Amino acid sequence: MKNDAGNDRRKFLLTMARDVGLLAFGGFIWSAYVDEAVANKLALRPPGALKGKDFLKTCIKCGMCVEACPYDTLKLASPGENIPIGTPYFEPRDVPCYMCTDIPCVPACPTGALDVESVSTDGKLDINKADMGVAIVDEKNCIAFWGIQCDACYRACPVMDKALYLEYDKNDRTGKHAYLKPIVDPDYCTGCGMCEHACVTKKPAIIVRPRELVMGEVGTHYVKGWDKKDEKRLENAHEIHTVTPRSEKKAVDTLNDMGGLLDD
Amino acid sequence: MALTRREFLKSSAAASAAAAIGMQVPSELEAAAGNAEAGWRWDKAACRFCGTGCGIMLATTGEGKDRKIVAVKGDPAAPVNRGLNCIKGYFNAKIMYGADRLTTPLLRVNEKGEFDKHGKFAPVSWKRAFDEMEKHIRKALKASGPEGVAVFASGQYTIMEGYAAQKMMKGGFRSNAIDPNARHCMASAVVGFYQTFGIDEPSGCYDDIELTDTIVTWGSNMAEMHPILWSRVTDRKLSDPDNVKVVNIQTYTHRTCDLGDFNIIFKPQTDLLLWNYLAREIVYNHPEAIDWDFIKKNIIFTAGPVNIGYGMRRKGEKSLTPERPDGSAGKYSAKEMQTIRQEMVHKVSEDEAPALAPYGYKAGDEMHHTPGTLKHWEISFEEYKKSLAPYTLDYVARVAKGDPDESIESFKKKLQDLAALYIEKDRKVVSFWTMGMNQHTRGTWDNTLSYNVHFLLNKQAKPGSGAFSLTGQPSACGTAREVGTFCHRLPADMMVKNPKHRKIVEKKWQIPEGTLNPVGNQHIMKIHRDIEDGVVKFAWVNVCNAYQDSASAKHWIKAARTMDNFIVTSDGYPGISAKVSDLILPSAMIYEKWGAYGNAERRTQHWRQQVLPVGDAMSDTWQWVELSKRFTVDDLWGGYTLRNGKKLPDVRKKAYAMGYKPDTTMFEILFANDRAKSYKIDLNSFPQKGYDNTECLGDERNVVGSDGKVFKGYGFMIHQYLFEEYAWFGRGHGHDLADFVTYHKVRGLKWPVVNGKETAWRFNVKYDPYAAKHAKENGRGSEFAFYGPLAKALPKGTLTGITDKKKTPLPDKAKIFARPYMQPPEIPDAEYDTWLCTGRVLEHWHSGTMTMRVPELYRAVPEALCYMHPKTAEEKGLKQGDLCWIESRRGRVKARVETRGRNRPPRTLVFVPWFDERVFINKVTLDATCPMSKQTDYKKCAVKIYKA
Repeated sequence: MKNDAGNDRRKFLLTMARDVGLLAFGGFIWSAYVDEAVANKLALRPPGALKGKDFLKTCIKCGMCVEACPYDTLKLASPGENIPIGTPYFEPRDVPCYMCTDIPCVPACPTGALDVESVSTDGKLDINKADMGVAIVDEKNCIAFWGIQCDACYRACPVMDKALYLEYDKNDRTGKHAYLKPIVDPDYCTGCGMCEHACVTKKPAIIVRPRELVMGEVGTHYVKGWDKKDEKRLENAHEIHTVTPRSEKKAVDTLNDMGGLLDD
Repeated sequence: MALTRREFLKSSAAASAAAAIGMQVPSELEAAAGNAEAGWRWDKAACRFCGTGCGIMLATTGEGKDRKIVAVKGDPAAPVNRGLNCIKGYFNAKIMYGADRLTTPLLRVNEKGEFDKHGKFAPVSWKRAFDEMEKHIRKALKASGPEGVAVFASGQYTIMEGYAAQKMMKGGFRSNAIDPNARHCMASAVVGFYQTFGIDEPSGCYDDIELTDTIVTWGSNMAEMHPILWSRVTDRKLSDPDNVKVVNIQTYTHRTCDLGDFNIIFKPQTDLLLWNYLAREIVYNHPEAIDWDFIKKNIIFTAGPVNIGYGMRRKGEKSLTPERPDGSAGKYSAKEMQTIRQEMVHKVSEDEAPALAPYGYKAGDEMHHTPGTLKHWEISFEEYKKSLAPYTLDYVARVAKGDPDESIESFKKKLQDLAALYIEKDRKVVSFWTMGMNQHTRGTWDNTLSYNVHFLLNKQAKPGSGAFSLTGQPSACGTAREVGTFCHRLPADMMVKNPKHRKIVEKKWQIPEGTLNPVGNQHIMKIHRDIEDGVVKFAWVNVCNAYQDSASAKHWIKAARTMDNFIVTSDGYPGISAKVSDLILPSAMIYEKWGAYGNAERRTQHWRQQVLPVGDAMSDTWQWVELSKRFTVDDLWGGYTLRNGKKLPDVRKKAYAMGYKPDTTMFEILFANDRAKSYKIDLNSFPQKGYDNTECLGDERNVVGSDGKVFKGYGFMIHQYLFEEYAWFGRGHGHDLADFVTYHKVRGLKWPVVNGKETAWRFNVKYDPYAAKHAKENGRGSEFAFYGPLAKALPKGTLTGITDKKKTPLPDKAKIFARPYMQPPEIPDAEYDTWLCTGRVLEHWHSGTMTMRVPELYRAVPEALCYMHPKTAEEKGLKQGDLCWIESRRGRVKARVETRGRNRPPRTLVFVPWFDERVFINKVTLDATCPMSKQTDYKKCAVKIYKA
């Protein structure tokens, strides 16, 4: 909940962050000067943020999104945070994204760094399409995996039963209780971080990280035979050309190289 | 035991190696390894929170007052939870160490330090606190007699605390105005048990979960409120997913529905229709399913009056006087009176009319209510059958369907499927319920209707089958019910109105015959109302939060703060009750004292004092015993005339004849008598050896006590005395408890404990020695004996009244009740168009005084939300996260809109939990109660929702 004093303080910090941005980059087109390596890949961006470099190129660090956020979730990066200075980000353990249905931060963006299109369905804003990151569970330290009836993350999830669902499993140690394990489905997870915020372990056992960082990717040469939808991945299929250390030489060279074949 | 370094290394290594492969280590070696770990001491205890009754182990470290709880673990040896806990239980170690623990008595004072109702709280000594209490109790007794001194008691009292409070109130002050918050949670279940079985508490036990084929929950979000039991239900489902069925029946979709094979959403209050529909299906359409042999041997059919009101205030009560032309009355607004008038006269609605037809009512008739009564009489099976005739599938489905977006066909099919599951031959069925069926203006009826169905099918009191009331609080059973800290009860199911019962208690307590007050009607809402009427002048809140947990809260808070009375709250933390009090006493919390709880399956569990209380906090037992020092025979045992004109005799002469003197204190009579002193301090033996005992020995904090001197302890084992004296009442009467020392060795035992053996299924000859004894004596050749002694002789009659006043005895029989559907007194209309249902969330306990101080739980759920259907939000111009007002005829609160959370109500209902004192939802709720059990219905009233 907001209070006026908090608001003032936030405005002050905001102004400070903007000033720092201006001081640091003066009148240059600073996007050109942002070293990608400096951009912290761990930063969680607001809903609808363009990916990687495109975001940094487009964001003018005006702080409009931060000002539009009713929960003080978003903040502008200050020096020393290893995030390009002045860009908006959030830390869900402190304040998660509450997934406002009218997504006030996105239309507030004057440059399209926060892309309305990417969080809309049929021309209507749809926060469920946001992709701020993906939650991952540390099964070793998640107490639900110990058999504790916790699942605070699950009950906090705004996309409950889709993004975060429970898997039931028998607890063979007690012989009469069940595990109710929280499982993330990245297809639905928006990365809002409500789960990370709610987690009751000392350091959260469920955390949100940018999708690129967390997710693997399967090649297009194999498609699930049991899942028609999976063929969609073929859209990105390309000609197959493979090289291994065993195949890098021309065939004729390999054939002409008897090597130690005739040795005793 | 001294260990060399080499031995130490060996034992540590052996223990960890053994643990790694799950091997048992010899206990001596294990203990040595344990001691080596930073000097931790592990000891068993019960979880502080719900009625499930999980066993835990607490690790403490440090010496004397520096000993603190550092960790908790689920007790692997505890049969209920086998080492597991829920999210609240996981934080037992943190609940006592909140930054704002109350550490010293606080009194409202003026600048001169005198008590001033309008003053600010300032620290005072314990002596000053007791001086003020004494003064105001004397004032209250003078003004109103024993009815002027009241206690808001608790289902979270330890057994010993509850017993001490009960003894001083009823035996000392001769006041029955002591009633627990369990009245708000279990009273309907209790009256259901009394009416059906003649004795309180469930026949079955938790083992039913592993043994049943079908779990049906009625008005119970077990997944959040009894998570450990729910994980057992889940395990049962997983173990045989095709055969085991789970059905959940409630007014909105919640987490428990996740596991349901199907879920039924009904309109609030219409569970009465559903139960009657099931009974009708059996009696009319599947008569072959009735076990007539069982019925004939064990069951009779009964009926009672239906025009019993809704437990609200009645015309003529002081605060409803005068009635004004604008519709308002006394302290109640015209709006409030719109609902309260239903208490006197109710117009039978179209929806109720078919159900009430067999009782002689038709739509539009005026039903004139008389106050609730427990009266009932025997009827024939044919009469019972007649009462069921209206509950056809069409009628029930039309009125009961709770989700406007569900088709009537789909709803009907679910009802039929439900009936089929209950009726299926050889299918075992457990029906669980909690607050949905208890917090209900026909809660008693609802409870008895559940047994009807189980009885007709002979699916009650059998392993894996039975209707089973789950308890909300950790010792609602153990203390509130078994000790009897209700206004109408005495220990072990005895009643204050029964002269024989009073005599038994007077004799055991060694107080004069005639001391106990026979009028026990000041239940918890009556106490609030009596404060508002100016009758109760002194009230003491014990181990509960009476000013946050009671409906129509604004009235009670106003009465407490603005009228001439003195309110005291004993608590660990500053909650709303403390805030509205005149005096606050810092209480020792659960593991800072010896104690015992009794859970929902009749399991009694004891623990020892693990640490010294913080600051100057002292246990509630100590507070009661110290108060008893302030009052003598002559102070309390003269004659009184009660409000109803009944006289309490002057028993002083009898007291003198017993050897008491005019100035003998209640302390000497009730607590420090010769029987008490026979329970010795023995620091060299188990279980006392090595453990603190603040009440008996004092402690190194050297707390300055109620007489201004350092408290050095009572010098005898008062916990054991209180427990053993209490347990005496039940032994030999079907409530048998084991002895104090035994409970410290075991992980709880389910009473009755006969010859050292606990009882899993009561009333069943195979499992319950009492049932076996009764069956042998009555010679009916039944496998059951429903031997509860209450109301076991009845007149005869029809659905509409008594026709033959002669009482027929019905030993060892249970009852099936004809009970119709009736609407609640307040239903949504054009202005207040939405149902409000309140309840809890898994992360927080009750009013949140403990759990809102655990940072992790606070972070997980920092505020109460208003859960609503997205379309409802849209219609009201609200969106997710907006603040909205929830307003009833009684008041309004602001909360954030949640349309996608854990609870998914239909468009017609909103759900708001009550743990958050900043979202004070009980300003909005209605204090209508079941007129028989006096339990408030927190599950339904009418509200409007609009943007804040």
